[in-house]
Amino acid sequence: MIRTTEILKDFPILNTKIHGKRLVYLDNAATTQKPRQVIEAISKYYEKRNANVHRGVHYLSEIASEDYEEAHVKVATFLNAKGMEEIIFTRNTTESLNLLAYSLGLNELEKGDNIVLTRFEHHSNLVPWQQMAKRQGAEIRFIEMTEDCRLDLASAEKIIDDKTKIVSITHMSNALGTIIPVKDVSKLAREHNAYMIVDGAQSAPHIPIDVRELDVDFFAFSGHKMLAPMGIGGLYGREEILEKMEPFLFGGDMISIVSFDNATWNRLPWKFEAGTPNVSGGIGLAVAIEYLEKIGFDKIHSVERELTEYAHERLGELSFITIYGPEPKHKGAVVSFAMEGIHPHDIATLLDEDGIAVRAGHHCAQPLMKMLGTDSTTRASMYFYNTKEDIDALVESLQKIYKLFS
Amino acid sequence: MSSMYRQLIVDRYKAPLFKGKLENADIYFHDANPLCGDEIEVFAKLDNEGKIREAKFDGTGCAISQASIDLLLEGIEGMTPDEIMELDAEFIKEMLNIPLTPVRLKCALLGLKVLQAGILVYKKKQEAGKD
Repeated sequence: MIRTTEILKDFPILNTKIHGKRLVYLDNAATTQKPRQVIEAISKYYEKRNANVHRGVHYLSEIASEDYEEAHVKVATFLNAKGMEEIIFTRNTTESLNLLAYSLGLNELEKGDNIVLTRFEHHSNLVPWQQMAKRQGAEIRFIEMTEDCRLDLASAEKIIDDKTKIVSITHMSNALGTIIPVKDVSKLAREHNAYMIVDGAQSAPHIPIDVRELDVDFFAFSGHKMLAPMGIGGLYGREEILEKMEPFLFGGDMISIVSFDNATWNRLPWKFEAGTPNVSGGIGLAVAIEYLEKIGFDKIHSVERELTEYAHERLGELSFITIYGPEPKHKGAVVSFAMEGIHPHDIATLLDEDGIAVRAGHHCAQPLMKMLGTDSTTRASMYFYNTKEDIDALVESLQKIYKLFS
Repeated sequence: MSSMYRQLIVDRYKAPLFKGKLENADIYFHDANPLCGDEIEVFAKLDNEGKIREAKFDGTGCAISQASIDLLLEGIEGMTPDEIMELDAEFIKEMLNIPLTPVRLKCALLGLKVLQAGILVYKKKQEAGKD
């Protein structure tokens, strides 16, 4: 485990008490905690460097613009994009996916085309495409889930065809943790000349991402699930495609020349960033990435694997617990489970009374829950700062809860 | 362990006293909270004086929502529909006597909302009958 005193010092909130108990934070798939370095970078920006970016010629505006652009460069390097022109800052994954749904949906989707998703999608990678499909007369197809809750690649081969315009799939299921073999799917998308989009909200915080190695056209992610503040996220897009694509939001900063009748667009990536952006968020995101890189994604991955295996082992000892989702080796640090005769909301409330934060509900994946034969599960999701003691605390509390109800 | 889950709540969740269905109920309504999957169906019959003679519920959900409707149906015996329409969140909080967070208060209130919706339907039918 790597939760050293140093890491604990970096995350002030992990030292707080909830209902008089040590906080055991196991809701990282919803949002992660923020290290001191990120919080300080945001404060420093507002204390010493705040001004609106671009167009300004005064000193503060210039350094704010520089910081903001550097943040794009940082993200480009992090994802192994070619450069900053391939990185668009948005509010979050949802906004990134909406950008694509509107821009590609309205301008490229035609009647009879199909959009391919998986059964694992979060509502944010389902609802925008549903709406576009309805509007444009396109069809939505789903790559199926196997019985052990993994992606059924054989079904992908069957449904991706020459009428497939867009393939948009999650990289890691937020509800079950399943990791999707993106590269295998992007190969199929390439064979049929479809746009390949990845929802990386759950993967970017945990797995090293190389958009060129994955061979994808777009990769969407949220900053707040990887130590950065809320309200900043991003979208990687292949330059050749972004150049041709229509903007999603129109207004200030995304233009080049405007007359009363017409307008031309700014260069990339600004063509897709209309209005005053979230500068402090972008700076916070860059510092968050630095923090993660300092720890190292290999280390993050190995710690999380160990925690997930340990959680499966300990929860597996409890006869009244059913775990949903694949084996630890096929998933990220997420454990979704049900408890005999006790509703997930009761479990989450009772865990909270022990200072343990988990999520209970449908995890924004109602159709997937239905496939699993339930309305909701309880989900514990880990990050590198969690420890085996956190899992022990969870197991101990679950035993107490079961006793209370039996 | 917990004050939100005092023994009475857990007992009434595990072994509700008013769970079941009624044939030819005067008051009936069915509603669900899609967010958590809680579901409640309420049945009630009135006596000659127009007071609640018998009430039952069916449903699934968390301990708070299910125990709350069970305790509520116990409390409304002999009340008139108008009196039930007067009941509010404060009444439910006092009845349960547990500290509820804003999110969990919604669970606690689901049963009352379903019952009151059933009464509104019943009243509409009564008025339509008068015309």
